[in-house]
Amino acid sequence: MIPELVDWVSDPANWQGTDGVPARVLQHAGYVALALLIAAAIAVPLGLFVGHTRRGAVVLVGSGNAIRALPTLGLVTFLFLLFTDSFVAALIGLVVLGVPPILAGTYAGIQAVDHDVVDAAEGMGMRGGQRLWRIEVPIALPLILGGVRNAVLQLVATAAVAAYVGLGGLGRYLFDGLANFDYGEVTAGAILTALLAVILDLVIAAVQRALVPKGVRIATAGRRAAGPAATEEVVA
Amino acid sequence: MGIEFRGVTKKYPDGTVAVDDLSLTVEDGTITVLVGPSGCGKTTSLRMINRMIEPTAGTVLLDGQDIRESDPAVLRRGIGYVIQHAGLFPHRTVLGNVATVPLLSGWDRRKARQRAAELLETVGLPAELGRRYPAQLSGGQQQRVGVARALAADAPVLLMDEPFSAVDPVVRQGLQDELLRLQARLGKTIVFVTHDIDEAIRLGDKVAVLRVGGRLAQYGTPADVLRHPVDDFVAGFVGKDRGYRGLSFLSAEGVRVEDVPTIRVGSAPDVVEPHWRLAVNDEGEPRGWLPPDSTVDGELAESDLVAGGSLYRQGDPIRGALDAALSSPAGLGVVVDEGGKAIGVVTAHQVLDVIEGHPEGVGGA
Ligand SMILES: Nc1ncnc2c1ncn2[C@@H]1O[C@H](COP(=O)(O)OP(=O)(O)OP(=O)(O)O)[C@@H](O)[C@H]1O
Ligand SMILES: [Mg+2]
Repeated sequence: MIPELVDWVSDPANWQGTDGVPARVLQHAGYVALALLIAAAIAVPLGLFVGHTRRGAVVLVGSGNAIRALPTLGLVTFLFLLFTDSFVAALIGLVVLGVPPILAGTYAGIQAVDHDVVDAAEGMGMRGGQRLWRIEVPIALPLILGGVRNAVLQLVATAAVAAYVGLGGLGRYLFDGLANFDYGEVTAGAILTALLAVILDLVIAAVQRALVPKGVRIATAGRRAAGPAATEEVVA
Repeated sequence: MGIEFRGVTKKYPDGTVAVDDLSLTVEDGTITVLVGPSGCGKTTSLRMINRMIEPTAGTVLLDGQDIRESDPAVLRRGIGYVIQHAGLFPHRTVLGNVATVPLLSGWDRRKARQRAAELLETVGLPAELGRRYPAQLSGGQQQRVGVARALAADAPVLLMDEPFSAVDPVVRQGLQDELLRLQARLGKTIVFVTHDIDEAIRLGDKVAVLRVGGRLAQYGTPADVLRHPVDDFVAGFVGKDRGYRGLSFLSAEGVRVEDVPTIRVGSAPDVVEPHWRLAVNDEGEPRGWLPPDSTVDGELAESDLVAGGSLYRQGDPIRGALDAALSSPAGLGVVVDEGGKAIGVVTAHQVLDVIEGHPEGVGGA
């Protein structure tokens, strides 16, 4: 397995053209990004609404779990039969997969905002929208972005099914490699997928670090380490 | 701006009657304290003033106007509100928290922050704290920020829901003093909720005692409530030592201040005397007592002294005079002037004579 992997990786042909690693990585990341954007556009507003109004939480949690139980491969195949368009099928499949983690994170984040804080905001004369955007969202940001992070990890892993319905991405190496008994290619595909996941995760972690308000970070650190961490931050 | 409750009732959807036919007038520029056991409807009553809760029946009037006629958000921006446990915004700095209402009301950023900085000083917080986040403050500091935030709108009305409950008694007393000082300067209409009768008596111009079920048991001045509780519930609630507490409202007029032999710390007492001597420093402030028949080697040091009792400031209510006499090792309560200089002593006996001769009496029921 290792010699085959080395052979595959060291073959310059595998790094060039439309089948080459750079092109496939970009394709894969593209599917992930597009699915993530659409999933976030659906899940974030829905999560904000349910978290803010506390209406429909039961339905939300139930349907989130139901979706998670769906086998993605089966879903994508079904969608492919339905739409006879592999791109649409794969994209919908990925979006369906990306929605639950973002929805759960957003809802949980908004819902976890200290009730006293929301109450104070309302008592000081903030209207619903002001309360949501100026108070609830900034405080919920760590959990919202945590949901996005979970979604990205799942999407990177699952975007390989796009290849199953005939599209590109790193999944190509898996399916083609299996078909040709080229285990070097299969292994390379798996490793590249994992690497992509790690890199994207680091990127989002950096975004998270940049976006989460300092006060929220200090409060969370203080709660986790009950004291020492908080004093450290005071000095810093 | 006065506040009036007219036959206000709040029944929650589950059937709990939290406030039952409450009628009460809060006078302009005074502190009115709502006090009562847990669950008696204090918070509910308070929150009906800024429409955080809508009454099921009755009317709340602010400055003679039915509050239902105003937009809730606008109404709230014009009423300072300190919620229990401060409820500070964790993602905003202390200054950002305090500037919230001015910014909501459309002030420009610079002016709002400047106002916030002033308010930190007003509530006795150092300016450097303005840059910190709530998680970096002690409980007492957080509660001060909560008060500053409520003051920021410069609203004539201030609602305070157990604002000092999360701090220890010493800090709490400091915050209470601060509030009284502020009020002497600002003259706001304050509705203050507490379940601590001592706090109610200290702070209130008027005290409203509520009983469980949300009914008003008694409404009057603290002295009134202490001296003449209307029933057993109020009598029980204001506590056993209400006779002694009632002395807080009795003037000490008629208590004679007597001379006392003094001795300066740092001087060398060459004679032994058979009675207590009050030791004072160069400024004339009391430092302690030198017991009868004591001999001192060389200069009188503070370590030669017995610690003194509480001090009675001339002009304060008679409770302080009695306490000074009772807590003094010499049986002589030290009387000081405004500047803290000892001017003489009182005995418990004398103080009691004055109390007994007082036309108002002491204890009431
Ligand atoms: N949202 C609600 N739904 C139902 N009952 C409520 C609700 N809020 C308060 N109550 C009930 O109404 C009564 C009065 O509550 P309130 O919070 O006004 O009491 P309180 O005097 O402020 O008590 P505490 O000193 O414990 O804060 C209590 O019996 C409480 O259980
Ligand atoms: Mg309460």
